[in-house]
Amino acid sequence: MKVFALLATLATGIVLLYGTRDFAPWGDPDSPANSHLSRVYIERAVEETHVPNLVTAILGDYRGYDTMFETVVIYCAGMAVVCVLRRSRS
Amino acid sequence: MDQLLTEIVGKYNYWLYVVLMMIGFYAMIGKRNLVKKLLGMNIFQTAIILFYVSTGVKRGGQIPILDKHAALSHGVDASQIINPLPHVLMLTAIVVSVSVTGVALAILVRIYREYGTLEEDEILEKIRS
Amino acid sequence: MKQLQEQVARNPEGDNLIIRTAVRLLVPFIQLYGLYVIVHGHYSPGGGFQGGVVLGASFILLALAYDLKTSLRFMSERVNNLLSNLGALIFIGIALLCALLGGLFLDYAALERLIPLGAEEWHSLGIFLVELGVGLAVMSIMVSLFWDLASGGDMEEGL
Repeated sequence: MKVFALLATLATGIVLLYGTRDFAPWGDPDSPANSHLSRVYIERAVEETHVPNLVTAILGDYRGYDTMFETVVIYCAGMAVVCVLRRSRS
Repeated sequence: MDQLLTEIVGKYNYWLYVVLMMIGFYAMIGKRNLVKKLLGMNIFQTAIILFYVSTGVKRGGQIPILDKHAALSHGVDASQIINPLPHVLMLTAIVVSVSVTGVALAILVRIYREYGTLEEDEILEKIRS
Repeated sequence: MKQLQEQVARNPEGDNLIIRTAVRLLVPFIQLYGLYVIVHGHYSPGGGFQGGVVLGASFILLALAYDLKTSLRFMSERVNNLLSNLGALIFIGIALLCALLGGLFLDYAALERLIPLGAEEWHSLGIFLVELGVGLAVMSIMVSLFWDLASGGDMEEGL
């Protein structure tokens, strides 16, 4: 059983390492992740929101829906833990 | 051989995250104990988080906190500042992983209360009998 | 000081004395630091999630160094639930207020009709208010996760 798990893990690792051949090298300023949308965020965030911390600006403003439903997710997690575990003192 | 070495050195962040992910994946599918499986999932999530953050790095870039007045008057050179988007995505992913861990631990506490064990095969045996 | 002497009299071997004293001295500063991280999230690394976790860690530290009952004296379960609801409601309330004032959902510039400060300043202030709500929610959820998981749900004795 453990041998199969090890084989599956190794196979997944090899496939992923094969996939990294197409990735940009580390720290490349012109990699696809750094060149399209994030450029616009970096250039416009300060003048549109007056917040110097770009992470906060994107988190609270541009991706506001993301953050809002994330608060809902963590709230639901807390309520779920209370519902699953809480026993009233009897 | 030489080509392989330059490949590894140029992309060592991906190699590190793949190794970390393999550790987590092995713990998820190879271990019998449910808590170990859960912690394996946590390691897996850490690997994904490191991978995303490492894609945002620019060599020689600054942290994404600007000088407000300089940015308002002179504009911003986007190639000098690290990509903030993966940081934002991973900030939310970290919180989701904490929530998932909390709920899973709560369910594990209930399972332990019900069956008296956290080993997967023993639980399956008790369900069948 | 008096409380400390009573504790020493009650517990003569003094097993946790150093830890408890250190935690009691540290907790106010940890909470102040958590508030700083939330409020100063615009100008330095930080924000609602991180500051909320630091604030929650201060209560968890109290529960670890003393016991669960003592930490419930500082922050009762009722207040904790209230704060988590309040945090989520602040976020959704701000977003709804924007929609009610004629803008889009979560478009903080619409709040300008309430107090005219300029659209960009309201974006900044709206992010601040939202982060406050996130911080409250994260803090109380972290604390309640710890309480329930550490005591198995009956809040009698923790770790």
